Amino acid sequence: MLRIDGVSRRFGDVIALDDVSLEIGQGEFFALLGPSGCGKTTLLRIVAGFETPDAGKVTLDGEDLLSRPPNRRPISLMFQSYALFPHMTVAKNVAYGLERERLPRQEIKQRVGEVLETVGLSAHAVRKPAQLSGGQRQRVALARSIVKRPRLLLLDEPLSALDKKVRADMQLELKRLQSEVGITFVVVTHDQEEAMSLADRIAVFDSGSVRQVDEPISLYERPRSPFVADFVGANNLFSGTASGLDGIRSEQFGMLPGTPLTELTAGRQALLAVRPEKIELADENATRGLAGSVLDVSFYGGVSHVSVDVPGHAKPVLVAVQGAAAVRQGTKVKVRWEARDAVVMAVDQ
Amino acid sequence: MKSEVKARPVNRSRGRRLGAFVFLSPGLAYLVVFMLVPLALLLSTTVFRRGRFGGVVYEFTAENFERLVDPLYLGVLVDSLKIATLTTLIALLIGYPTAYVIARLPRKWKTIALVAIVLPFWTNFLIRVYAWIMLLSGPGLVNSALKVFGLGPLEVLYTEGAIVTGLLYSYLPLMVLPLYAAIDRLDPQLREASSNLGASAFTTFRKVTLPLTMPGVLTGSLFVFVPSFGNFVIPEMLGGSKSIMVGNLIRDQFLKARDWPFGATLALALIVVLVVLLVAQSWVARRA
Repeated sequence: MLRIDGVSRRFGDVIALDDVSLEIGQGEFFALLGPSGCGKTTLLRIVAGFETPDAGKVTLDGEDLLSRPPNRRPISLMFQSYALFPHMTVAKNVAYGLERERLPRQEIKQRVGEVLETVGLSAHAVRKPAQLSGGQRQRVALARSIVKRPRLLLLDEPLSALDKKVRADMQLELKRLQSEVGITFVVVTHDQEEAMSLADRIAVFDSGSVRQVDEPISLYERPRSPFVADFVGANNLFSGTASGLDGIRSEQFGMLPGTPLTELTAGRQALLAVRPEKIELADENATRGLAGSVLDVSFYGGVSHVSVDVPGHAKPVLVAVQGAAAVRQGTKVKVRWEARDAVVMAVDQ
Repeated sequence: MKSEVKARPVNRSRGRRLGAFVFLSPGLAYLVVFMLVPLALLLSTTVFRRGRFGGVVYEFTAENFERLVDPLYLGVLVDSLKIATLTTLIALLIGYPTAYVIARLPRKWKTIALVAIVLPFWTNFLIRVYAWIMLLSGPGLVNSALKVFGLGPLEVLYTEGAIVTGLLYSYLPLMVLPLYAAIDRLDPQLREASSNLGASAFTTFRKVTLPLTMPGVLTGSLFVFVPSFGNFVIPEMLGGSKSIMVGNLIRDQFLKARDWPFGATLALALIVVLVVLLVAQSWVARRA
């Protein structure tokens, strides 16, 4: 549906986008995930028409988008700041896009009423944006974006301005809405939890390039590059060389068990990644595992995070255990994991 | 216990009020002594008779106000209103695009442009008005330039057009600055949102930019209108003997005709017009 083909954009010496290609399907909930300044917002602005790429093509259902001015694209953009018109009421804000299409007044009124109903703001139609809470403003922005029935809805950090509780509600709401209206959603976010919980597929961006496009579970369980392994979720990373067998040979710890995602020639630089919840805390007398001592225990209710200082490893090893942890600060432990639970990937360049 | 807890905020607010009074009193005293008191004295003379050789005779009379509605003087008031309104409108038409462009310049150029706008203020006001006489006069720069293109000569000097030109030149910066402040404050994403929702550039301006910068439009208009309406230097120097504005009339009543009570009555009329406009402006601004 939306095809981004070899798009590049630089600002002076800074390369915001470097030959980015993506294909997003009809009705998909797609996320562009990356740290701030990685170029994802630039890509969004190019699709919306507020930025022009130096090279590349963008098509929507085969139609060239770049030749059209922003006000002639069948695309809605929900701004991070919401950009609600402060001098108009909620109803006027929502009606704005329909009025531009010169629809009959009766139809506008009806559609505005319907969409305000959908986002649960019927009672607030005559208020000004300044009289609404953050969550309500977000709903108005959303209503204003979807009322035009765009083929594509772009959302720039849609939940970042909300506090945690409201954010969880809105996440569910966004998902419900997306399946209800059947519009293709492309959301830009730096929050990987948000991307994971919302999106069908995620493209991970880093310094202007797409590192990996995958479904959330694959991205989490089978990161293809060190950047993705580190950026998406918490991970413990060990470097070494590919052993040819299951695992890597580390200078400090010898053989570490893991599963290579692709065929790796022995001796090649490689990285092993293992998720905190896949690591087992064992007694210090256990036969297998890396010896260390507990640095800190944080209790989060359902899970506890234990960080273990392993001599020879720069960062503490993070271990997640169910419920309350049985260890305390200073306890001598061993950390270990199964080969199938750790991922080995090549380190390029 | 309870009363102690309650007493605190009261004390603090009293202290704050005292502090505000201390900070405000120098300015307040200055305004009262040098503006409010003289103004009250002056306006009180409107109900008295003029002295034979100037000054005031303290006998009640309404004749000053009767004279005010004389078509001769009403005409001057209307003319002044017309000239000030025209000046304000042209200043708005020139000032809005100027302010709009400046607000969208890169930061460095913004500063340079704003300094350039204020730069004329660094030269003496009278010198600048004299310069306009040189420019507009018969063999002046404007006409010699027109001659090159085979046009002219224009008889501009000593007409209402010259007055408007002079007022416009003098007070245009007062239009540009508040407009710039209003436009610069506007979130550029609002324009993008409008465009994203299908609005053309013109519709975006009409529906979003203009309404949201209306307070700036009103402030700028007031800043230009007020000094234009009561001005007497520019009409005197550029308007010649034919045109007279209410400012000249007031000055003449005090200095030439020596009719203080009627001069004060005219001044009162001028003040009333301006206060009405000021109230209207703040009312509109609050609704916007």
